[in-house]
Amino acid sequence: MENSKQEAREVIVAVEDLVRKFGDRVVLNGITMKIYKGETFVIMGGSGCGKSTLLRHIIGNLKPTSGRVSLLGTDITKLDGAELDGVRKKIGMSFQSSALFDSMTVGENVSLPLREHTKLGKSVIDIMVKMKLELVGLRGFEDLYPSEISGGMKKRVGIARAIAMDPQVVFYDEPTAGLDPIMSSVIDKLILDLSKKLQIASVVVTHDMKSVMNIADRIAMLYEGKVLQIGTPDEIRKSPNGIVQQFIQGSFDGPIRFFQEKDDYLEQLTK
Amino acid sequence: MANPVSLTGRLFLSFMKEFNDILALFYNTIWWMISGPFRGKTAGRVSIFHQLVFAGVQSVVIVGFISLFTGIVIAMQSAYQLKQLGAVIYVAPMVSISMCRELGPVFSALVVAGRVGSAIAAELGTMKVSEQIEALETLALDPVRFLVVPRFLGLLIMLPCLTLLADFMGIIGGLIVAVTTLNIDMYRYMTFAFEFLKWKDVYTGLVKSSAFAIAISMISCHIGLGTAGGAEGVGKSTTTSVVISFIMIIVLDCVFTGIFFFSQM
Repeated sequence: MENSKQEAREVIVAVEDLVRKFGDRVVLNGITMKIYKGETFVIMGGSGCGKSTLLRHIIGNLKPTSGRVSLLGTDITKLDGAELDGVRKKIGMSFQSSALFDSMTVGENVSLPLREHTKLGKSVIDIMVKMKLELVGLRGFEDLYPSEISGGMKKRVGIARAIAMDPQVVFYDEPTAGLDPIMSSVIDKLILDLSKKLQIASVVVTHDMKSVMNIADRIAMLYEGKVLQIGTPDEIRKSPNGIVQQFIQGSFDGPIRFFQEKDDYLEQLTK
Repeated sequence: MANPVSLTGRLFLSFMKEFNDILALFYNTIWWMISGPFRGKTAGRVSIFHQLVFAGVQSVVIVGFISLFTGIVIAMQSAYQLKQLGAVIYVAPMVSISMCRELGPVFSALVVAGRVGSAIAAELGTMKVSEQIEALETLALDPVRFLVVPRFLGLLIMLPCLTLLADFMGIIGGLIVAVTTLNIDMYRYMTFAFEFLKWKDVYTGLVKSSAFAIAISMISCHIGLGTAGGAEGVGKSTTTSVVISFIMIIVLDCVFTGIFFFSQM
């Protein structure tokens, strides 16, 4: 029932059997997932499980060893240069470190894609920048430099820049990492608001469980380069999988072990 | 221990790869410079201007200062020898020719590699490790057009200008020594300095300095854009770019001097 309803919706991102190796190390091991229009899709998993790498494959910054990624209906695994840029103009990306350009003011950061990719006049662009900054609650900060604003504000400017070109999908890499709990909630609400107001798909990569449960329509749990489970927050919460349970409860004991049994450790030392 | 043959082979291969990448970056830069204006995708005028000021105007004092003292030193050293021949007046062409052919271009390139090349590598390296380069790509903007072309143009235009300044300041340095200690008056010094100096001495120096500008900008940009590993990586890139630029300046200088010497230019 759920499936047939989703089939009717427009597929924004389709990942098929994606494999990526760095040397001998397999970072992504056969990832398959679909992300639909208008939903907030969360990719979660522990540090180093490959979730940021997956995101970089979806936006075309990295090329897979094998498998296929299609973004907005275009297979981007073989694309380069101008063709890839054509697809990139229709997506937005908010980076973990905000990645604002230090040499430009907040306003110039947000207006950069508009100035470069559209033929709009300066007065129109100014109005659009004000609107985008209004959406993230930062109107009036146009003339400050990134070094003059706080981490949470930088994150929000990064989001304003990501939505400057009215994208069909926005990707967020660790949007709440390094922020205080209140600012995290503000960012969560912002992501939800934007999805609702602009009717765009949001893809969020995070390991912040509180924010996952707040914003997700569907969740994909990644572990050691594989998708363990994809489901709604309720399905994930009731998951029979031990690893998923350990992750969402953040408990020390469970299938993921950080310390070895005493005997194993002794054996390894004396070997 | 690694086999010395395989080690040499590996070193050679990695050197060839870097060299190839730098050539590819150069090709890309030229392509953007030529095709950009026709497609309405030029590098920003403001950022080119900014680079011209940074690479050129702000290097004027240090380049002038260094060349002035170089001129003084050459004048004193050559006077020491020429005195024995009773040909002290030849200090003037000695200074003017060696400054224009050799020392002006090389010293100004070394100063600029240390001052501007390191800044380019550090700036692009920081942009790389703080995801700004990736952000540019995700916004469908080419880092070569946006970051490399302005820096390339800045150096290519400004280094020859700085070289002319260095030539001039070196001659002035020689003049100071001639007038104060060698009893040569200003008129005779200047006449001799320019009588023996030919056009080709000046323009071969400028050809060299253009080649140095290309080498410094391409090496610094390539190393900066290839930075990995946080603050330590940025530091490493900065050092590497200066060291490689210095080596390349000396190697290129040798090559060009050889070409000009054997072609009797």
